[in-house]
Amino acid sequence: MVEVFFQVLIYGICIGALYGLAASGLALIFGVMDVLQIAHGSIVMLGAYACFWLYNLLRIDPLLSLPVVGVLFFVVGALLFILLFAPITKYSAEARVKNSMLLAFGLILVIDNLTTMAWTGNIRTVNPFYQGLAFRFGGLHFPYVGLISLGLAGFIIIGLGLFLKKTYTGKSIRATAQSAESASLSGINVRRTYLAAIGIGTALGAAAGVLVLLSSGVDPAIGMDWTLKSLLVTVLAGTGNVAGVFVCGLFFGVLESVGSMVLGPYKEVIGLALFVVILFVRPQGLFSGSLGKSALRKS
Amino acid sequence: MLAVEGIDVRYGDLQALWDLSMEVSQGEVVALIGSNGAGKSTLLRAIMGLLKPTKGLIRLDEVMLSRLPTHKIVDAGVVMVPEGRGLFPKMTVLENLELGAFVDRARQKKSYTVEWLYEIFPVLRERSIQMAGSLSGGQQQMLAIAKGLMARPQFVLLDEISSGLAPVLVKQILRVVDEIRKQGMGVILVEQNVFLTLEIADRGYVLENGRIVAKGDAASLSQSSRIKEAYLGQKKIDKT
Repeated sequence: MVEVFFQVLIYGICIGALYGLAASGLALIFGVMDVLQIAHGSIVMLGAYACFWLYNLLRIDPLLSLPVVGVLFFVVGALLFILLFAPITKYSAEARVKNSMLLAFGLILVIDNLTTMAWTGNIRTVNPFYQGLAFRFGGLHFPYVGLISLGLAGFIIIGLGLFLKKTYTGKSIRATAQSAESASLSGINVRRTYLAAIGIGTALGAAAGVLVLLSSGVDPAIGMDWTLKSLLVTVLAGTGNVAGVFVCGLFFGVLESVGSMVLGPYKEVIGLALFVVILFVRPQGLFSGSLGKSALRKS
Repeated sequence: MLAVEGIDVRYGDLQALWDLSMEVSQGEVVALIGSNGAGKSTLLRAIMGLLKPTKGLIRLDEVMLSRLPTHKIVDAGVVMVPEGRGLFPKMTVLENLELGAFVDRARQKKSYTVEWLYEIFPVLRERSIQMAGSLSGGQQQMLAIAKGLMARPQFVLLDEISSGLAPVLVKQILRVVDEIRKQGMGVILVEQNVFLTLEIADRGYVLENGRIVAKGDAASLSQSSRIKEAYLGQKKIDKT
């Protein structure tokens, strides 16, 4: 019984790493520019497809295609900004949230249906040599794909954290998240900062998609689920800092995994119940930091 | 020279500034005086490109500021220390200063400028790794001014920098204005405390309902009957 529990815990952490990585992209975009990109799950799905085709047509290993997919989707994110979201960033924060949700909802319909048309609704998987293999220790089963996902996701999140903390571009992203007007008065090009933030956020979602493909395959319907998971984790964590979002992703993965052991088919209830509780108890999220917004204390 | 030439500024249907002209030279402190809603902050926001004039132009020597976005105006050499301070509360004092030096020109001289500002505001050196949001009101005000100066500007617009501060801090902060002038920068000073402002300013403009109704050197403005009418009564009340 104890063994089963730990096994479930391991699976939970592995899937939680994917939740954390996907959610960090959504949280970054929302934290910086008040755009609620609810088509983020569809980006995760497209990232998985990009990786699938690179593997299927060019035989590029998914782990090698991860940086390629990341760069490609940075460009996709930049295009989304220029073509779709840039015009709404001149409105107030509240209007941005509402309008971006409407825009992104339309985007979901377009992406998901075009994907189904182009590539059918069949589930697609890849079979690199490490697929399905596992490392055994003390009667427990550590799937390689899960360990790789956890390692890569953690690596990306740490890299992102350092980028935001240390570089001038990263600092300008954090500054713009706190106040776009103060940022522009400091000489920061806010429009370019928005472009960088949505590009990076989109790349993070697509990178999560690559790891999703490895762990469970992809079909055009997974988008909504990943949007929901990303939203849940973002609400849980707040938009304050990327490490916090990642930790909440891990926590959520474990909670869901343990919950499915106890509750069986009703596991989806856990996330939604948690969602409601957080909104009541701590609507700003568990973590708050320099990516979040707050009015400067007046004294 | 920073010159505003005949600008109109509107908020939608409401016109806030009417055919307004003013100018400030380097090494000069110019006071903007007027009651709440007279258009002082609107004028500063228009100079910074946060509001676009519907008529007229704003220029820095030969550079047309009124055609540039805000970040390019900062790059051209004009900064504003906004009312409400414009700091990044969840970043450290040093990070705020570094972001003040975001434009290329200033970034190269960053460490030198920080040292200079730490000498003017020693408390900022002590607090350099503390979050800006955790500073006291007076310290935040010093940080806001220092952050503006990090950009190595030619002109500094100071909007109500002494609001909400204890009188002794007000004097201290206004002394810094003098130091800024000595460095050869031009200053536009918006303050509630009219007489203290006119004491350190070289010249002043009086705004009423979005128009300039009086201008002149600071000494004669503080003697003018219009100013006395509008503000002296208030000063007497303050004293009792």
